[in-house]
Amino acid sequence: MMITTANREEVAIIREQDVVPLRNRVKDYGVKAGMSILNQTKLITATSELVRNLLKYGGGGKVIVEEVSNGREKGVRVTFTDNGPGIADIDLAMKDGYSTGKSLGLGLPGTKRLVNEFDIKTEMGVGTTVTIIKWKNG
Amino acid sequence: MQNDILAGLKNYENKLNTIWTKNLLDKGSTDGATEEEESKEFTSLFLDALKNGATSENLNSSKFEKLYDLLAGISISRAKRGFSPRETAQYIILFKEAASSILSEIESDPAKLYTANLELNGIVDNLTIMTFESFMKGREDVIARQTDEISEISTPVIRVWDGVVALPIIGTLDSSRTQIVMENLLQQIVDTESSIAILDISGVPAVDSLVAQHLIKTVSATRLMGAECIISGIRPEIAQTVVHLGIDLTGIITKATLASALQTAFEMLQLTVVKRK
Repeated sequence: MMITTANREEVAIIREQDVVPLRNRVKDYGVKAGMSILNQTKLITATSELVRNLLKYGGGGKVIVEEVSNGREKGVRVTFTDNGPGIADIDLAMKDGYSTGKSLGLGLPGTKRLVNEFDIKTEMGVGTTVTIIKWKNG
Repeated sequence: MQNDILAGLKNYENKLNTIWTKNLLDKGSTDGATEEEESKEFTSLFLDALKNGATSENLNSSKFEKLYDLLAGISISRAKRGFSPRETAQYIILFKEAASSILSEIESDPAKLYTANLELNGIVDNLTIMTFESFMKGREDVIARQTDEISEISTPVIRVWDGVVALPIIGTLDSSRTQIVMENLLQQIVDTESSIAILDISGVPAVDSLVAQHLIKTVSATRLMGAECIISGIRPEIAQTVVHLGIDLTGIITKATLASALQTAFEMLQLTVVKRK
C-alpha cells in the first residue's frame, strides 16, 4: 500500500507543557482529514499516551505530524522519536498492565488498540521510535 | 586594551544624555519622563565603567556588574509593563547611536574613530544581548505566575447541596493539577462535612491512562476520607476511548451528566425531589 504525505510538521517535545499544544496540532490534522469526534479523540488520546512516554522514559524528543493518504482514505501519521535508553523487552512492554514506572501499564498496548497502524522500533542505548496512523474512517 | 577616546566620553555625559533622550523621543518612546532617571543612571554607570578600564575584552569582569544589574532591572520591569521587545532593544541601540555621534564630534582621525567605535560596538552589543535575555526572563516570570494563577482558579469546589460537593475539571489533568484538585477536594469535604463528592470531567478534552490513573487516585483518597466519589461528564467518545485503552473504571460510580450524578447523590442521601402541585 502506497502512502503519500501531504503536509508535514515537526514539533520538539522537551517539557510537560509541550504536550497540550502538540495535542491541539494533532487534533487540527484530524479535523482536516475529516475525522469524526470519536476518531479525533482516539487519535489525540493515543498521541497523549505516547508523548508522555516520550517525556517520562525517553527524556524528551521530537514528534512529526503528517497528513497522509493511501489513495482511498485520508489519515494522520504521528511519529515519536526519542534518544532515550530504549526498551529492553518489547513483547513485555506491549503487554497490558506491565510498567517499569508506577503507571497503569496501558500506554503502549492501549495505544495500539486506539489506532489503525502501530509500529515500534527500539535499540538499547540509542532510542525508540513509535509510528502510528489513524485513518479517517478507521 | 583601554580606549582613551571612550574613557574621555565621561566629560560629555550631559550631552550624551540629551542626545539619547531626544533619540528616544523621536522614535516615539512613550514614557520618556519615567525613563529619564534610569537613563541618567545608566549613562553614568556606563561611562564610569569605561573610565575605570572596562573593555570589550573583560565583559564579564566586576567593572560591569552594577551596569548589568541596572540594565537587567530596567528590562525586567519593561517586560512586566508590557513593552514590546523592539522598544526594549531600541533603548540600548539608541544609546549606542548617541555615543557614536559624540565620538565622531570629538575625534577627527578616521582610524582612531574606527577603533573607538568598534570597541563601543563590542561593549554595547553585549549589553543588547543581555537586555534581551533579561527581557525574556521577565516575560517568563509573568507566564509562570499566570500558570500558577490559572491552576489556582480553575479548580473551584462547589457545594451543590447539603453534604454534596462538586468539582468541575476543565482542561488537562496533569500531575501538578491533580495534586491541587485533590487537596482542594479533600479539604472541602472536611470543611463542608460532605459525604459525597462529584468530579465532573466534561471539560477534560482527552482521558488517557495517566489522567485515568489520577482520577482513580482521587477517588481512592476521597473514599479514605469516608466520602463517596462520583465521576460525571463522561462523553460518548471518551467512554469508547477509555474502553479501547483498557482502563478499568468498574469500581467507580460514573455518570454521563452532572444532573444524573446529582440524582444519584440524592438517592444515596435518601432525598427525593418532588414537583409541587
